[in-house]
Amino acid sequence: MTHAALERVAAPTAIPLKDLVPWAIFGGLLMLLAIYFVGAEQGATSIFSGMYVHEFVHDGRHLLGFPCH
Amino acid sequence: MVSRLLVRGMLVGVVAGLLCFVFLKTFGEPQVDRAIAFETQLDEAKAAAHKAMGMDMSKEEQPELVSREMQAGLGLFTGVLVYSTAFGGLFALAFAFAYGRAPEAATPRALSALLAVIGFVAIYLIPNLKYPANPPSVGEPDTIGIRTALYLTMIAVSIAGMIASVSLKRFVSGSWGAWNGTLAAVGTYLVLMVLAGLLLPSINEVPDQFPAVVLWNFRLASVGAQLIMWAALGVLFGALTQRASARGALVG
Repeated sequence: MTHAALERVAAPTAIPLKDLVPWAIFGGLLMLLAIYFVGAEQGATSIFSGMYVHEFVHDGRHLLGFPCH
Repeated sequence: MVSRLLVRGMLVGVVAGLLCFVFLKTFGEPQVDRAIAFETQLDEAKAAAHKAMGMDMSKEEQPELVSREMQAGLGLFTGVLVYSTAFGGLFALAFAFAYGRAPEAATPRALSALLAVIGFVAIYLIPNLKYPANPPSVGEPDTIGIRTALYLTMIAVSIAGMIASVSLKRFVSGSWGAWNGTLAAVGTYLVLMVLAGLLLPSINEVPDQFPAVVLWNFRLASVGAQLIMWAALGVLFGALTQRASARGALVG
């Protein structure tokens, strides 16, 4: 590792909040939606009717720690 | 810049998910099968008892929406991969925020490892001590709403407690040093979580005859999978970002 690299690592500059916030909102919502479908859809609440999503991810939902039927 | 960290996090999440899947397929699925066997046994015993009393309880066999093979194979794979990829993305966003703002972990590698430990403890471990993972046949269908709400509440309280504790660390470290600041943060988080655990209602819906060993092994498999996921996220994301940062750019 060069001296310059060490220096850069030792004094990291934070990513400005104005760059971060749009991605945090967009990405955060998308990620949470994905987790919702694995963890709770057609269990506690339903966006789609039926039980297919619930039954399909059934084993994962149990093993990842979510409450399930 | 953030977008590339996000993509990196999600890709690392895919890898973590693959590891998780192999682990759960090996150690989790046998427990799920045993739990389902128990459930079937219970149902059959109930049906036989009803028949003996002269009641016809032979309800129509419900058609299987998704076969067991599918649930234990593609279903598990999809669920774990989506979950892990999403957490990889959230992890990257947390990293993007904390980088350069956390004096205790100045290198990407160290920060990534620290965030993984914090995430594992705050999002999975502590909430699951209060509301542990349950195999099939544990849990009343009628209470799914309240159980889900309580579980998510516990996670939210845990995350909030962790954020408060980390903020307190800054404050205490300023005048009492980093060591005491860390002790104060850990102590505060633990006290808050014990309080939350005492205040939130307990749930016990384990059937009387449910085999204890199956329950234990199931929960152990659940903890193991999360440990693998968070460890993989922390180590891989840290290594990749460290390498990029050594080349001169955080996202390289």
